[in-house]
Amino acid sequence: MIARPIETRAVGAHHDRVDGPLKVTGHARYAVEHGPDEGVSEHLTAWLVGAPVAKGRVLRVDATQALATAGVVSVVDHESARRLDDTGEQGDGELAILQDDRIHYRGQIVAIVLAESAEAAREGARLVHVQVEAGDHVADLDSEEAELYAPEEVNAGHETDWSDGDVDAARAGATVVVEGDYSIPYEHNNPLEPHAATAHWDGEVLTMWDSTQAVHAVASTLAPMLGLEVEQVRVRAPYVGGGFGSKGLPHSPEVAAALAAMAVPGRWVRLAVTRQQMFAMTGYRSQSRSRIRLAAEPDGRLLAIEHDAVAPSAAVKEFVEQTATISRMMYAAPARRTTHRAAALDINVSSWMRAPGEMPGTFATEVAMDELAVACDVDPIDLRLRNEPATDPETGNPWNDRRLVECLEQGAERFGWSGRSPEPRTTTDGDWLVGTGVAAATYPTLWMPGNGARIESRTGGRYAVGIGAVDIGTGARTVLQQIAADALDVPVSAIDLAIGDTSLPAATVAGGSSGTGSWGTAIVQTAQQFRADHGPEPAPGLHTQTTTESYPDMAGHALHSFGAVFAEVRVDRWTGEVRVSRLHGTYSVGRIVNPMTARSQLLGGLLMGLSAALHEEGVRDPRFGHVVTQDLATYHVAAHADVPPDLDARWLEESDTLSTPFGGRGIGEIAIVGTAAAIANAAWHATGVRVRDLPVTADAFL
Amino acid sequence: MKELTYVRATSAAEAVEAVTDDPRAQYLGGGTNLTDHLKLGITTPEVLVDVSRLPLDTVEDTGTGLRIGAAVRNSDLAAHPVVRSDFPALSRALLAGASGQIRNQATTAGNLLQRTRCVYFQDPTTPCNKREPGSGCSAIEGYGRYNAVLGASEACVAVHPSDMAVAMSALDAQVVVLGAEGERRIPLEDLHRLPGHHPERDTTLAHGELITAVELSRSGAARTSTYEKARDRASYAFALVSVAAALELDGDRVADVRIAWGGAAHKPWRARTAEDLLRDGPLDEQRVRDAAAEELRAAATGPDSDYKVAMLTGITARALVRLSEATS
Amino acid sequence: MPTLRLTVDGVARKVEIDSRTSLLDALRERLEVTAPKKGCDHGQCGSCTVLLDGRRSLSCLALAVAHEGADVVTASGLGSMDEPHPVQQAFLDHDGYQCGYCTPGQVCSVVGMLEEAAQGHPSHVTSDLDPEALIDLSNDEIRERMSGNLCRCGAYAGILDAVRQVHAEAGNGTGGAR
Repeated sequence: MIARPIETRAVGAHHDRVDGPLKVTGHARYAVEHGPDEGVSEHLTAWLVGAPVAKGRVLRVDATQALATAGVVSVVDHESARRLDDTGEQGDGELAILQDDRIHYRGQIVAIVLAESAEAAREGARLVHVQVEAGDHVADLDSEEAELYAPEEVNAGHETDWSDGDVDAARAGATVVVEGDYSIPYEHNNPLEPHAATAHWDGEVLTMWDSTQAVHAVASTLAPMLGLEVEQVRVRAPYVGGGFGSKGLPHSPEVAAALAAMAVPGRWVRLAVTRQQMFAMTGYRSQSRSRIRLAAEPDGRLLAIEHDAVAPSAAVKEFVEQTATISRMMYAAPARRTTHRAAALDINVSSWMRAPGEMPGTFATEVAMDELAVACDVDPIDLRLRNEPATDPETGNPWNDRRLVECLEQGAERFGWSGRSPEPRTTTDGDWLVGTGVAAATYPTLWMPGNGARIESRTGGRYAVGIGAVDIGTGARTVLQQIAADALDVPVSAIDLAIGDTSLPAATVAGGSSGTGSWGTAIVQTAQQFRADHGPEPAPGLHTQTTTESYPDMAGHALHSFGAVFAEVRVDRWTGEVRVSRLHGTYSVGRIVNPMTARSQLLGGLLMGLSAALHEEGVRDPRFGHVVTQDLATYHVAAHADVPPDLDARWLEESDTLSTPFGGRGIGEIAIVGTAAAIANAAWHATGVRVRDLPVTADAFL
Repeated sequence: MKELTYVRATSAAEAVEAVTDDPRAQYLGGGTNLTDHLKLGITTPEVLVDVSRLPLDTVEDTGTGLRIGAAVRNSDLAAHPVVRSDFPALSRALLAGASGQIRNQATTAGNLLQRTRCVYFQDPTTPCNKREPGSGCSAIEGYGRYNAVLGASEACVAVHPSDMAVAMSALDAQVVVLGAEGERRIPLEDLHRLPGHHPERDTTLAHGELITAVELSRSGAARTSTYEKARDRASYAFALVSVAAALELDGDRVADVRIAWGGAAHKPWRARTAEDLLRDGPLDEQRVRDAAAEELRAAATGPDSDYKVAMLTGITARALVRLSEATS
Repeated sequence: MPTLRLTVDGVARKVEIDSRTSLLDALRERLEVTAPKKGCDHGQCGSCTVLLDGRRSLSCLALAVAHEGADVVTASGLGSMDEPHPVQQAFLDHDGYQCGYCTPGQVCSVVGMLEEAAQGHPSHVTSDLDPEALIDLSNDEIRERMSGNLCRCGAYAGILDAVRQVHAEAGNGTGGAR
């Protein structure tokens, strides 16, 4: 059976977060908060020791002093750690820790200290002396030794290079050409809960509570590495303190937790990565640079888009964001050319961070569009309307329902865009220079097959619904109940939902804005099969389990969400300090399942975009090879005082049953897309200074 | 393993004796900086002498000014009615620092003695002369956005992170110190050092000397004082630069002016050259900018920190122009 | 090992600690009181906020040994699942959280902050420092006073609305611990 569209009643209505009372009273249990009442007693604390150089070999892990420390039980190093069976087809260099003496990046795990207390573990880690033979490392994209290469593909399986039409001829014939280099620094996800796990090995089964966006992915990644069947790895994640992509794929600390537990069979081990270690061990958004060339007619109609993206990638494990793919589909230029190049550096491993590809790419393209609007003396909104494609320029397929124009127009109306002076530096308010800016946003509909759900009838007309999905704060636990209720045609209160456990049917990652759609489809499909199997009034104890293979209506369409972001920015004329006073997002994202949780997620995305626009900068010191702004005092994320007094997210009323049977698309990422560009464009409008490198900071305006 | 012994002092004299006699001992006040350093391994004392419960937690009005106990919490000091009315720069500086929670915990003396937040000082895996004398300075050729632009040395370009100390510098505060030899007073301006060849020494205090109080004198300028801070994040962030300014006008003429800068140097930087240029003349934006520029002629900047010259000039002009508008 | 006596959420507790043990670790690791969260462990995020002798404080920057006899109230002590504290109820009403990790600290911080405001403590954005002036808890004031609690999910708008609600319900008076 394949899911069919459902009639929605609970979907679309307000519903309180079902885990709210637990969270506000501090009773929700995160990864290292499981205690004696759940069988975790007499636990050991694990502390990770990082490599002191960016490249080289470990000569010796001298644990003499550490082991002499009261409370330290064991130090696991590359000689004593359990051998891993299989680290993937090419060998996953990120995960294959403690297997040999090679150091691939500074901060790589080279030892694990196990102790009876956190204090002893930390002290023990400080007293582990890692003797190394340092090699020559390259950690700077600008280094002469950093050689660019074309990866075989980029993130999410996109083609590295792609072109359509004759870009060179189009540019040669164009009246207006805008060209610029745009950059994003290293950005770090920094969920408030550090990556952490509680693990136990009894000789048969590895049991973990893990802070992850995907319990099944952790189990299926760890099991073969550890020489276990996947059933021998039980992973639970009832509550996860944010992820933003950094907990989407397993990282080395999860392997460390497993190795630590296996080193002390029968004992529980708690491992929490420190905030500082997160900057080295848990993924991040790579620095990236985009060269954009826009060629246009005098009225702004695009003739050609060129987007060449360059980024560093860890030598030990390639990850290259699809930064330029946005330029393949966003606007109706007859000629487009996009490339991705990477340089393999001796640095830690980058990974997913909210809207990989779209976020950095859109910063570049939407600032460039603003520059084109200035060059053509066209209103930035009109410019985008003039370049609206009727069908997807990348595939030629019809859109599911591209409503960017409505987002721009409704957003402009609400923001009060009309009458804006095209000239920069024309508005002041006291000591502030004030400007406004706009940017467009998009995010593809990602739908993951292979999601299972199990539904069982209970007494009193109740239904147990199980799926191994994870709620990282998105509200999945709440909205999946709403979807299940409608799919079964029962009240939400009749649903008992279980998630976050590998003992439940397999589910894909809470990432790529794919969770609600992919899991929700599995629940709908299973509910429909359940009704087919057991009818509308089943006896208690009957159950159905199905796994998704496809959702047919997607075929032949270009499925994307769209949005428009408006910002008002203020720059202090004395100090150059930058603040955002207004920030609006208007989105076309299909049917909203729960307006309360959706609004929160969209506002959160806008704020993370603001944070990237003004604050976030991982500074890698090439001499050492690591990011030196490695805490929350020096890597700033937006604080409460940074929130614009006028912050708003809205959406178009719509339903997209081409994308999912309940009509919704994912909303996790789109609000970070375009936001930094809107803010940078507004900063230009306030000051006349065009900032092409994030973050936009005071020094640019002095 | 080194044991860490905790001792709760019952008197200041007892505390001084305990620390003076033991090079491995350190004072514990509010703990907000020391706890950080213990965890990072920046400092490894073997004895902590807790002075947070000593009866040094009152603010006393002496008639001519205030005597602020060393253990007074930052939040209480900022909210103190006399500080708010007669020394507003101090209140403003305290409120610009850290967060509500930290201000509830941090003490007056602890705030003065907090150590730099230079990223290399905070990272024991990198060389830092302040943390490990002779190991080298990573910041000079490294990440320099917060580096000092005045009074730095080849050994250290760190800045002092306190907001409060900058205001106290402009307010000509006196620091009361108890040592084994008895009590002495140090102008706040002389409490902190420039790094020179010994960046490991933040202050001129000898080991075991205990700050017991800070004294402020009332003045017309102090009553018309303010503190302004520029930062990337709107709150909960260390200063890029800051200024404490106090101004007394006699008609259109500057009768008294005091300027201290934060985020500029290894210590609160008293801008005496600028003060001298402004005293006895009229006050307007350009004159302040010119005076600040003169003070900054000696600035040594790097590519990451050169913005500080313009920012210090601008924020000083803003502070003094606003003060002059408020007084006239 | 020193033995520390604390009152935690109204219950007298005794715990053996190391002199280096932070109050946060004493609570989380030794007493299994996990409402205060460890977000950064260095005073840079606010997740570990508790009411320490009645004032909002960062338990990660407090050495436990220095707080013998202290009264500690965590989010779990402010209210229960069935009977949440008004601040907790306001967070529920306004969706002032997403992942929930910073939330217990935010809740404690709001309680402490409202008490500070009721006592007339000024903030960085208070325009008039006059000791006689009443604190007008404007949105700007709330944002500034709550800036020591980072929320990476960006639930600040809901938190602001929650504080507004509690402040209004309390007749602009205290929303302090009960």
